[in-house]
Amino acid sequence: MIVGVRTWIEGWPVYRQLTGTDPLGRGAAAQSPKSRALTARTETADRVAKSVCPYCAVGCGQRIFVKDEKIVQIEGDPDSPVSRGRLCPKGSASLSLVTSDRRQQKVLYRRPYATDWEELDLETAMDMITDRVLAAREATWQDTDADGRVLNRTLGISSLGGATLDNEENYLIKKLFTAIGAIQIENQARI
Amino acid sequence: MQDLANADCIVIQGSNMAEAHPVGFQWVVEAKKRGAKVIHVDPRFTRTSALAHSYVPVRAGADIAFLGGVINYILSNEKDFREYVLAYTNASMIVSDRFQDTEDLDGLFSGFNPETNTYDGASWMYSGCEDSGRSHTQAHADRETAAGLEYESHGASVPGDLPQDPTLQNPRCVYQILKRHYARYTPEVVERVCGVPQEQFLEVCEAWTANSGRERTTALVYSVGWTQHSVGVQYIRTGAIVQLLLGNMGRPGGGVMALRGHASIQGSTDIPTLFNLLPGYLPMPHYTHHPTFAKWVDGMRNPGQKGFWSNAESYAASFLKAYFGDAATAENDWGYGWMPRLTGDHGTYQQVLDMIDGKIKGYFLLGQNPAVGSAHGRAQRLGMANLDWLVVRDLYMIESATFWKNGPEIATGEITTEQCKTEVFFMPAASHAEKEGTFTQTQRMLQWREKAVDPPGDARSELWFFYHLGRRIRERLAGSTLPRDRGVQALTWDYPVIGERGDEPDAEAVLKEINGYDLTSGQLLSTFGQMKPDGSTSGGCWIYTGVFADGVNQAARRKPGREQNYVAGEWGWAWPANRRILYNRASADPEGNPWSERKRYVWWDAQKDEWAGEDVPDFEKKKPPSYRPPEGAVGVAAISGDDAFIMQADGKGWLFAPIGLIDGPMPTHYEPAESPMRNPLYGQQANPTRKVYNRPDNPTNPSPPEQHSEVFPYVFSTSRLTEHHTAGGMSRQLAYLSELQPEMFVEVSPELAAERGLEHLGWAHIITARAAIEAKVLVTERLVPLRIEGRRVHQLWMPYHWGGEGLVTGDSANDLFGIVLDPNVLIQESKVGTCDIQPGRRPTGPDLLRYVQGYLDRAGLGPDHHPPIVTARDTDDGE
Repeated sequence: MIVGVRTWIEGWPVYRQLTGTDPLGRGAAAQSPKSRALTARTETADRVAKSVCPYCAVGCGQRIFVKDEKIVQIEGDPDSPVSRGRLCPKGSASLSLVTSDRRQQKVLYRRPYATDWEELDLETAMDMITDRVLAAREATWQDTDADGRVLNRTLGISSLGGATLDNEENYLIKKLFTAIGAIQIENQARI
Repeated sequence: MQDLANADCIVIQGSNMAEAHPVGFQWVVEAKKRGAKVIHVDPRFTRTSALAHSYVPVRAGADIAFLGGVINYILSNEKDFREYVLAYTNASMIVSDRFQDTEDLDGLFSGFNPETNTYDGASWMYSGCEDSGRSHTQAHADRETAAGLEYESHGASVPGDLPQDPTLQNPRCVYQILKRHYARYTPEVVERVCGVPQEQFLEVCEAWTANSGRERTTALVYSVGWTQHSVGVQYIRTGAIVQLLLGNMGRPGGGVMALRGHASIQGSTDIPTLFNLLPGYLPMPHYTHHPTFAKWVDGMRNPGQKGFWSNAESYAASFLKAYFGDAATAENDWGYGWMPRLTGDHGTYQQVLDMIDGKIKGYFLLGQNPAVGSAHGRAQRLGMANLDWLVVRDLYMIESATFWKNGPEIATGEITTEQCKTEVFFMPAASHAEKEGTFTQTQRMLQWREKAVDPPGDARSELWFFYHLGRRIRERLAGSTLPRDRGVQALTWDYPVIGERGDEPDAEAVLKEINGYDLTSGQLLSTFGQMKPDGSTSGGCWIYTGVFADGVNQAARRKPGREQNYVAGEWGWAWPANRRILYNRASADPEGNPWSERKRYVWWDAQKDEWAGEDVPDFEKKKPPSYRPPEGAVGVAAISGDDAFIMQADGKGWLFAPIGLIDGPMPTHYEPAESPMRNPLYGQQANPTRKVYNRPDNPTNPSPPEQHSEVFPYVFSTSRLTEHHTAGGMSRQLAYLSELQPEMFVEVSPELAAERGLEHLGWAHIITARAAIEAKVLVTERLVPLRIEGRRVHQLWMPYHWGGEGLVTGDSANDLFGIVLDPNVLIQESKVGTCDIQPGRRPTGPDLLRYVQGYLDRAGLGPDHHPPIVTARDTDDGE
């Protein structure tokens, strides 16, 4: 009982304020059991992936904290000699970029002349796109020009993108398109 | 980036670094703390200006006049770093006696052909090698194929053994030509053209020159404020000339820092998804110039030239081995015959116009939103509405995926949903956190990202999408006997698949292919110097060879910055060969000693007989400064021990570019394609070689000497906000960022607000020949009217992030621009144009079209009206 009373008194913030190291009551003295029990998401994460900010080209280091296979926090990487742990407003918002419920997670399909989207199975969509690429290539193929000079290409297919894609991705994009003779391949660097 | 902290002075021009690259800007602040002077030259006062010691307001589109004035100041006061200039630049080279300057020909250089609006470059060449100059037919083809981009990794080719005058007295030497060319760019002229008071201009000149030389260095920083112009490449050339004259290239705290705008935009140029390039800046084969493998290779190197580019055959053969594997043999020229050929301009803007004309069937958009992000948004959307099919891969629903139901043309009646045939696939994409791979940041540094989690739902990486699309295509074509299918059948496409789903291609395997292998031993290559022309090596991108040096993923290195020197060579990996400052041989004098203790970076270690330094020396490690090539040497052996610019065909930094540029060997002030001013310097108004598309749906506002420029009396520019990213797909969808910057606005000066009756926080609309858009008005003193040629010129500014989708929506600033391109790289002029601004909201529905038509009528812009290209008074003899 005595012990209980003592614990009860010591639980008062004002007691801690008068007897402890926080006479102004702005820190430890004012802490509630609930806030004392809080831990940072960065501390309880299961793992950390070393990453790079996807916005501008400075290339700030990011640490991506994962718990239960969900991204729970993204912070600047203090090890980076370029960014030294800092992130700008966009980089700091990249947790929302990847976890927002506004993100599209389903393949959507708009038929010609349709007024709205419909959902489509991913594999079906891949097959349909394959059909269309091959058909466009077939319909617009040029072996040679009028003077017999080799062209070996199609002008029926275009592509634009790439400045936030990985080098490995751009490499495969260019490799595949070049091999099927599609030359109208561009990205943000032209813009 | 962190090397900026070593600068004694930093000039930021064409960039709002503090707001567009905020974390990089910490190094400017660091330099400032160490005593560096910071100067910001820009049309608008921004947070970059607020942290600079001096802010210099300048007219948008007049930067060459400003920097040309700096060159004139340097040369007329002999402030150049003479020993550096003599040793490392082409100042002493003698130019052909047929060369005539813009000063002689009223704004044109010699060799102009008014039929193609290109130059025959023979007279720009070094004396005695005029035959190596570029003909105007070649120049025309080079413009169509943006050939200037090939020089990102190396200079254009010139023969070896050139005439020189080390006294710099010969009137035809580069130094004297440069001096005459810029003699008229006096402080008075800078004031007249740019609106910069003379004392302010001279303060910049004094700071720049006082902080350059043996003991001190100045860094120059630019962003797309310089690239998006019809003379964009020449803007950057002017900056490079200043930095070469002052001896700031290749030295700590010096150089030209290009701040690129996207996470891997450098990477997507190095390993390009660009029509005219292959990885490592190899040109895409052209149907007449490169009919055979041998011609393709000779197009990259000039037989007998100096430098590493002379090994082009090794890079080319290794590249084809990476694509076609065992099917690439010496007998079939490594499969060169399977490569498709260019015939001209196949760039993104040409494509969009072809879409409008019904020539293109299908379009892939890969994390790109041209409905908002590209110039002439209306043309973009009308083009997409005329496709058979469109594939959009993105994280969020963007404007380019919904033009058929929500675009501005629905309201005007130009697109009717029920009549729009385009079939659209929206494929959700994986984010940067959901896949592994490398980004190449703005200083050529590759950083490997680890995957944090799997992407949600149907979201997939581009690597997944293209690998599986390719797999399907190859399965369909496996049995084909058509010659056209042989290349895709021969393609190496057997990437290992990994991950939880067991179908994700292994990005590390792709990076290894990019790095390249010794095919005899199966070992990964460590340097591009190991590449061979005999098919015994492979490598998808020769400049990236070494990213897997010693079999280790060097881009994944993460030794903390605080545990290394400031160069931090063990964090990530930079091309070429992990060099962080390019051409750093120039940080030492010709004898190999640092120019000063204070600016030590790379030097010749006489004890060890090799180059040493803070960084990887950008020179052959064992070649001493005293090395002189033997008679008849070519390639790398022809580079002297004091030729610091080893990728240049003559080993020198080019003050004067005898070849390689479409629009002239030296930058010259031209007015933007749309300007309220007559060019104060020449009869030639605008860049005569700019790429134009004369079509009724791409009108240009009139500029002098044409009539009616007063219909669009104001100059406007666009750029970024800190809180938004480009076309908004990665920012207007996010709650925090949308709350921080919720609305499209236009920034105007109090004087312009008074002149047009604009109210702070009220509505206004902005009109060009292409569109009228509306925005909230922000009246600030951050924009000041400039006095140009005795008249007051108003400039206004807009962010370009808004469109119709997302949490916050608004009109798109890029709708205001037409399509006019730089001739060297085919980048559009979207940093400057002319416009009108009126109070209140714009009309809606079909009234909007009638409203814009009213402006076209008043400006005399009928469907067949096109601006004159040549306006110089004499194009023949210069009299």
